[in-house]
Amino acid sequence: MTATPKLVIDSVGKVFSTKSGQIVALDQTSFTVAEGEFVTILGPSGCGKSTILRVVAGLEEPTSGHVYLDGKEIKGPGPDRGMVFQSYTLYPWLTVKDNITFGLDLKGVPKKEQDEIARHYLDLIGLKGFDKHYPIQLSGGMKQRVAIARALANDPQILLMDEPFGALDAQTRTIMQEILLKVWEESKKTILFITHDVEESIFLGDSIYVMTARPGRLKKNIKVPLPRPRDYHNKSSEPFLALKQELLGLIREESLKAVNP
Amino acid sequence: MWKNVFTPNKDIAKPLYTGAGIATFLILILVWSALSYGGLVNPLFLPAPDKIIKTAVSMFQSGEIWTDIGISFSRVALGFVLAAIVGVPLGMLMGSLRIMEGAFEPIIGFIRYMPASAFIPLFILWIGLGETEKMAVIFFGTFFQLTLMVMDVTKNIQNELIEVSYTLGARRFQLFRRVILPASLPGIVDTLRITFGWAWTYLVVAELVGASDGLGYMIMQASRFLKPDKIIVGILIIGVLGLIMDLIFKAIYRASFSWMRKAGS
Repeated sequence: MTATPKLVIDSVGKVFSTKSGQIVALDQTSFTVAEGEFVTILGPSGCGKSTILRVVAGLEEPTSGHVYLDGKEIKGPGPDRGMVFQSYTLYPWLTVKDNITFGLDLKGVPKKEQDEIARHYLDLIGLKGFDKHYPIQLSGGMKQRVAIARALANDPQILLMDEPFGALDAQTRTIMQEILLKVWEESKKTILFITHDVEESIFLGDSIYVMTARPGRLKKNIKVPLPRPRDYHNKSSEPFLALKQELLGLIREESLKAVNP
Repeated sequence: MWKNVFTPNKDIAKPLYTGAGIATFLILILVWSALSYGGLVNPLFLPAPDKIIKTAVSMFQSGEIWTDIGISFSRVALGFVLAAIVGVPLGMLMGSLRIMEGAFEPIIGFIRYMPASAFIPLFILWIGLGETEKMAVIFFGTFFQLTLMVMDVTKNIQNELIEVSYTLGARRFQLFRRVILPASLPGIVDTLRITFGWAWTYLVVAELVGASDGLGYMIMQASRFLKPDKIIVGILIIGVLGLIMDLIFKAIYRASFSWMRKAGS
């Protein structure tokens, strides 16, 4: 890990103005992400965790504070920050291959190079031979794998993931988590990953930020004491289960607050 | 076979479904036959089915009807194409740029409730009785609805699809050409299909005044000379033409958007 952090989130806050007054979606929040680190943000629904990610992506302007990527302040969306959404966002009129190379094509990368990059990522996400399929022909898990490949093909500095497996069934989700870890280990990307699933946050992350219920605030930062590389066996290990107990307690507290404020 | 016939939302046997459609047609013709052959209605008001067929055959044989069809079709097509050329890009801009929506939605939303036919005297005053006036009526009848429908199509593009494009590096112009256009194309083709159908309904209105040819004119003449059989044949021709265009649009839709079907290309 380098001395200067990859991503700096410096007292970022977000207030939404509605007819019935102002809603603080995100209280002043600061943290950093190191180069190559896998950081998960865990919080109850409606705690503003997506807001953090959207501010980093440049899709939303913070009411206060700044975000720096590689020391440069973020002013708007750009291809240096790839994003994977919870909802399916593949372009339905493009084949899997053309979806993956969409960003490269915008940049004017030569076709031959595009083909090579597409082949590499199709292989990495285990969808070799699906290059000519259209999104409608894919399952939910396959669509999200293509969405990950599409973001990575652009070679972003950081990968932002907003509950990307949230719409998938439990079995598919665990398999997707393992695929994502494999992809991360291979690509060495910095990842910021939002989830409300405790197991997911532990299994994937080097470091977990637990958030409070609205107004969203960082409650605790926990380093995950699990070795790499990980596979599903880790989920039944002693430190995993202990951490899961702790986090479930923290999240329950916050979820209760959200239900009975 | 008769399972689920009266259960809401349940599928029924295919022949039953098709048969129901044919039966409705048959019943209509049966009622018509009973009224005319049974002598219940004066043939001056409602001629018998065989009379209609004879009239249709002789009209097509004499050939003059073809000129009327050609002229009417070109009026509808030109008026409609003009409306589409302006309406589709405008609607797309209104659906994606709030400033365009703010500027045009109120005025178009207002004008579309004004009856196109009531503008005919004004059009005649402004542009005379020529072909331009006929096209103006058809343009006026379809343009405003078409534009608003295209706006809705463009507006309904999933917001994340736009956002993810920004994170992939799309600039504004690229976003229009590479995302907004292909994403709204199926909806636009469908909108064109529906509004082209409406264009036909304005044809008769357009040919009501100051026309000397066309299907609408033919129908008006037939009315003047008390030939109900010709009126009905004219109406049926317009109906069939509309149906053929509808099928052509549907074929284009199916051929162009294979990615919307599970079977793929």
